[in-house]
Amino acid sequence: MEDHGSAALRSLLEVLPDTVLETHARLGDATACVDPTRILTVLRHLRDEPGLEFDMLMDLCAVDFLGSEPRFEVVYHLYSLAHKHRVRIKARVPEAAPEIDSAVSLYPGANWMEREVFDLYGVRFTDHPDLRRLLLYEEFEGHPLRKDYAKEKRQPLVGPGN
Amino acid sequence: MDAEIQKRYSDRAIEFLRQGGDSFQTTKVDAVFNWGRKYSMFLYPFVTACCGMEFMSVAGPRYDLDRFGCALPRFSPRQSDLLMVVGTITHRQAPILQKVYAQMAEPKWVMAFGACTCSGGPYNNYAVVQGIDTIIPVDIYVPGCPPRPEAVLDGLMKLQARVQAERVPADGRHQDTEELTPPVVEKPIP
Ligand code: SF4
Repeated sequence: MEDHGSAALRSLLEVLPDTVLETHARLGDATACVDPTRILTVLRHLRDEPGLEFDMLMDLCAVDFLGSEPRFEVVYHLYSLAHKHRVRIKARVPEAAPEIDSAVSLYPGANWMEREVFDLYGVRFTDHPDLRRLLLYEEFEGHPLRKDYAKEKRQPLVGPGN
Repeated sequence: MDAEIQKRYSDRAIEFLRQGGDSFQTTKVDAVFNWGRKYSMFLYPFVTACCGMEFMSVAGPRYDLDRFGCALPRFSPRQSDLLMVVGTITHRQAPILQKVYAQMAEPKWVMAFGACTCSGGPYNNYAVVQGIDTIIPVDIYVPGCPPRPEAVLDGLMKLQARVQAERVPADGRHQDTEELTPPVVEKPIP
């Protein structure tokens, strides 16, 4: 069975072998785990390489693996409008320094997605043009989608607390 | 025993005063005013979430809120009497809701439309206000997720019954009948 994303994985393994830590295509979803410090190189290769041309960043999100290290995983879903194939890129960043390069220079649409991830998980995107909270308010302390944020801890602007 | 009789007497006196007290005319004016108010409510729909669909249904021609004299949505709080809070209110939104409420002119009423506004509904988390009555006064609660249009109409009629029982002119915000301060007595109660 020819998987539509596996061309991307093969190309990545060929061109950037020591950046790619692991690949799989479980359930038909081509996935590559990459070195977070080289995320822009990976994304640029996927975007610009003829035959791949992943010109659309469909989603950018994060996962908190509390208790394992590196703790946060930033996930990129890419889609190619020309070739109609997809790939998923994952990069793990450590709890002590949850930082990764911003993809805004490659995909302007990443702007608000990165702000959302920053807002809810506290992952910082270096060189982001405007890294502020997106959904919550400035007064909010902490990052509520982290697994160690108490589920019902409220920080109201007006009215009573918990 | 004595105290009980006293209480019963004072309760009756307060009730008498509440209904217009010493003036037959005041009572009648109240009744006419309130009749007018309850059937000409301009509503301000503060619609934030899924309950909004149900609001559209109840405001549209099939259920037709207009039949109950509550038809004209004003998109300025200054021109409206009934604040319908429809949908989830997040903590980020709470100051806005408070401001909208403060902008409304007296007399004003508030309907909490849907489980989210009554109690936070299905959301017990960091983001959602656990009932709008923690930030503004609420006159009528319509539960349901979302409430059926019939429930909204029922709530509206109950609110109208309350409006009819109010005292005019309302001094400041209308209050629960128990909280109403009796008017100054100028002549002894017979
Ligand atoms: S009560 Fe239910 S339907 Fe209404 S806003 Fe809340 S979740 Fe949505």
